[in-house]
Parts: sequence; C-alpha cells; structure tokens
Amino acid sequence: MSVLSFLEKDRIVAPAGFSRWLIPPAALCVHLCIGQAYAFSVFNLPMTKLIGIAQSAPDDWKLTELGWIFSLGIFFLGVSAALLGRWVEEGGLRKAMFTAALCWAGGFVLSAIGVYLHNIWLIYLGYGILGGFGLGIGYISPVSTLIKWFPDRPGMATGMAIMGFGGGAFIASPLSVWLMAKFTTATHVGVAETFLALGAIYFCFMMVGAAIVRVPAPGWKPEGYVPPAQSKKLVTNQNVYVYQALKTPQFWLIWWVLCLNVTAGIGVLGQASAMSQEMFPGRVTAVAASGFVGLMSLFNMGGRFFWASMSDFLGRKNTYFVFFALGTLLYAAVPYTGEIGSVVLFVLAYGVIFSMYGGGFATVPAYLRDMFGTRYVGAIHGLLLTAWSMAGIFGPVLVNYIREYNVAHGVAKAQAYNVTMYVMAVLLVVGFVCNYFIRAVDERHHMKAQEAEATV
Amino acid sequence: MANGTSGNGLKLVLAWGFVGIPLVWGVVQTVVNALKLFQ
Repeated sequence: MSVLSFLEKDRIVAPAGFSRWLIPPAALCVHLCIGQAYAFSVFNLPMTKLIGIAQSAPDDWKLTELGWIFSLGIFFLGVSAALLGRWVEEGGLRKAMFTAALCWAGGFVLSAIGVYLHNIWLIYLGYGILGGFGLGIGYISPVSTLIKWFPDRPGMATGMAIMGFGGGAFIASPLSVWLMAKFTTATHVGVAETFLALGAIYFCFMMVGAAIVRVPAPGWKPEGYVPPAQSKKLVTNQNVYVYQALKTPQFWLIWWVLCLNVTAGIGVLGQASAMSQEMFPGRVTAVAASGFVGLMSLFNMGGRFFWASMSDFLGRKNTYFVFFALGTLLYAAVPYTGEIGSVVLFVLAYGVIFSMYGGGFATVPAYLRDMFGTRYVGAIHGLLLTAWSMAGIFGPVLVNYIREYNVAHGVAKAQAYNVTMYVMAVLLVVGFVCNYFIRAVDERHHMKAQEAEATV
Repeated sequence: MANGTSGNGLKLVLAWGFVGIPLVWGVVQTVVNALKLFQ
C-alpha cells in the first residue's frame, strides 16, 4: 500500500521552494540508463563464444541471431512509446519511471536467465520486448514534465534529458567491458552475471530519479517569467488532445522532418567505422576508426544539448532549417573530402552532421510543444517516435544497399559511398520542404478549456 | 513561488553529482579512445 501511494500523482507535486534544477538530473537518471541500448554491441562477440569460450562452437549463437536483440529493443521502444504515451501522461510521472525501471531491469534479468539456459528466445523476450518497453516508457516519461518546469527554456530542458540517452552508452560500454572481465574465467564467459549486475545498477539508478522527480503545482511558473498572453505565430498556448494531433498535417510534417533527419544520420552512423577506413585506405586504421566512432558519439550527444538549447533562441522551425540546409551541404561535401584525402575535413563534416542528428531528436519535443501545447506533449512525442523506428530500418538499408550496388558494379571502395551521400543530401532537401510547410495548428483542433481541466 | 531557494543547494550538488560523475567518466573514456584517431 505504501509503495503504491509513493507512486501516486498527488505525492509528487512539488512543495513551495522546490528547485526546478533537480528535475534534469532526475530525468538523466532514467535516460543515462536506457542509453545503454546504444552500447549493446559490446556483448555481441562474447555472446558468440558462450559455449566455445575461446572461440565460437557450432552450437554458439551467430551474430545475425544476436543482431535481432538490439533491433527488437528499438522496435518495441517505438511501439511502447506510441501505445503507452497517453498512460504515461495521465497515469503519473513517478509511476511511469518506476514501470520503466522494472521493465528495463527485468529485461536484463530475463536475458541473464536466457544466457544461463542458452535460450535466445528468452533474450529476445527479455532485452528485446520487456527492455524495449522500458526504453519507450523511460524515453518519453520526463519530457512533458521538463517542459512544464522550463516553459521559458523548453528546448534546453528536454535537450538535457535526451542528451543523457546519447551519453548512456559512454558509461555502459566501459562498465560492461569491465564487469565482463571481472566475471569471466578460463571456463566461463561472464555475460549472465554482467546482465544481472547491470539490471541491479540500472534499477537503483532509475529509482533515484523516480524518487527525486516532482511535477510543478498547478499555476506554478518560474520567478520573473511572464507567459505570453496570446499565442505566438508558431508557439501555441492552447492544447491539442493526443489523438486529435494525429488528424493535423503538422503532426505528419514533423513526423517526416524527424524521420528524414534520422534516416540520414542513422544510416551513416552504423557504417561510420567501415566508411572512414574505406574512404581513407591505409590512413584510417581499425583502431583509429573506433576512435572516429567514439568522437561522432560525442558530437551526437553534445549536439542534443547544444541545438535544443539554441532552438529556444532561433525558434524550432529555423533550427530544423539549419539542420536541413547545412546537412545537405555537408553530405554533398563529404565525397570531396575523400577526393582531396583530408581526414580532418571529413571528421569535421561528420562531427557537425552528427551533432545535428542528435539535435533533431532533442529539439523535436519542444517543436511538438510549440504546435500542440504542453498537456499531451509526452504522449504525442511517443507517437512521433514511430518515425525513429521507421528511420532505423530505412537508413541502414539505404546505405548498405547503395554501397553494395556500387561495389558490385565496379566502383572503387573509396568512392562507393559517394552516391549514398548525395542520396542523403536529397533526403534532407525533402525534409527542408516538409519543414517549410509547417504552420500553426488550426484552432478547431484545440481542446476546450473544460476538456483540458477535466484531463489534468 | 521561488524556483531556487536555500536548502536546495546540497540536494542540487548531490543530484547533479550522481548523474554528472558517471557521465564525465564515460566521456573521458571515450575521448581517450577517440584520440587514437589522430595518433
């Protein structure tokens, strides 16, 4: 009973004098944990040697089987965010964060059992489905609360949390390698124990976030902040109901804006290591390429905070115009960096590209808030994340198939990515056009005052 | 209602330290690896 009441909505209303600057670390407690998903690949090779230990045995899992674990996780991130967004919004933030912690940690525990029993279906169910639900619920849960606490800087606030999702891999990757080294012996690969340890660590970490988090009291506003009396051209002070948002062209235009921005980035992200080595043969070694991937991850994370914060000054629409215009130029310029053999220009171009890839993720919650108001922004954000799932399929497929087609038709490996870069540039031009057509949401979609009050 | 009052200072340091220290540690590890690109 006491645990249940701890989770109730009315228990988390902030008392007078509560600092809103405690909310970003609460959100980061969740996002830093679920950001582990980007580092799951560190388990791939050890999991191909669970039986053979030193090398893969015939009954060991193949990389192709293991690749499905991450894909399922990301797929169910999108599914759960879309399906459960409204529940997250109406059920209460702490309950959502607790559920995310249970799913995420439970996914690791189930996966540990799967490793112990050498049953890959348990891992698909554990990390892929249960963990995927933890990813989705955890990803969207703090968004609308941050926006309500920071009405003066919504981009910066959500940028901080979503930066954590990018940064989680930086912690998870070395931590997982260290734990596996501790648990591995001459006759045993310590993956199951590492999963159990990570599950326990992440559960505790996420519960700290759930304990800290508060929602602002009704009518609260930051000191000195005067909300605009009337909606600005592209920033509404009205609310749109979650499923009503689906009936607006704005939702679908932003869906394509996100999808195209992510498609361009995610496809290249997966191939960054191979691409850097093949475009600069003999100059970028495998070790240097892994450094390049790490550097790009830093730009991805930094861009989430930088661009989302900048969007508070530039405006959301202008920020995406920058992503698409600058991104088009940079993608088109990448083949040139290969032609002149400039690794520095190549790294710089990709650094900016990946900062804008991360920035696209981090700026979109504030864009939705501008269009649809704060009441259901978390749930609408959840629905929008299906664009991410779609891009996760399109991006890598585009990059891989275009490269393979080129190589099969006699194009040198160093130039095999040129067409891909031009295709990505075209995708960004389409994104620019979608962004151009985004206008304020028509008044007929706005919730009536009584409806808005009834759903608080 | 104020958004930052006395008494919150320690909580803020603890909360930001709790998330900031592991994040900075992870970023440093990544930077060290990334430097290999320029060696």
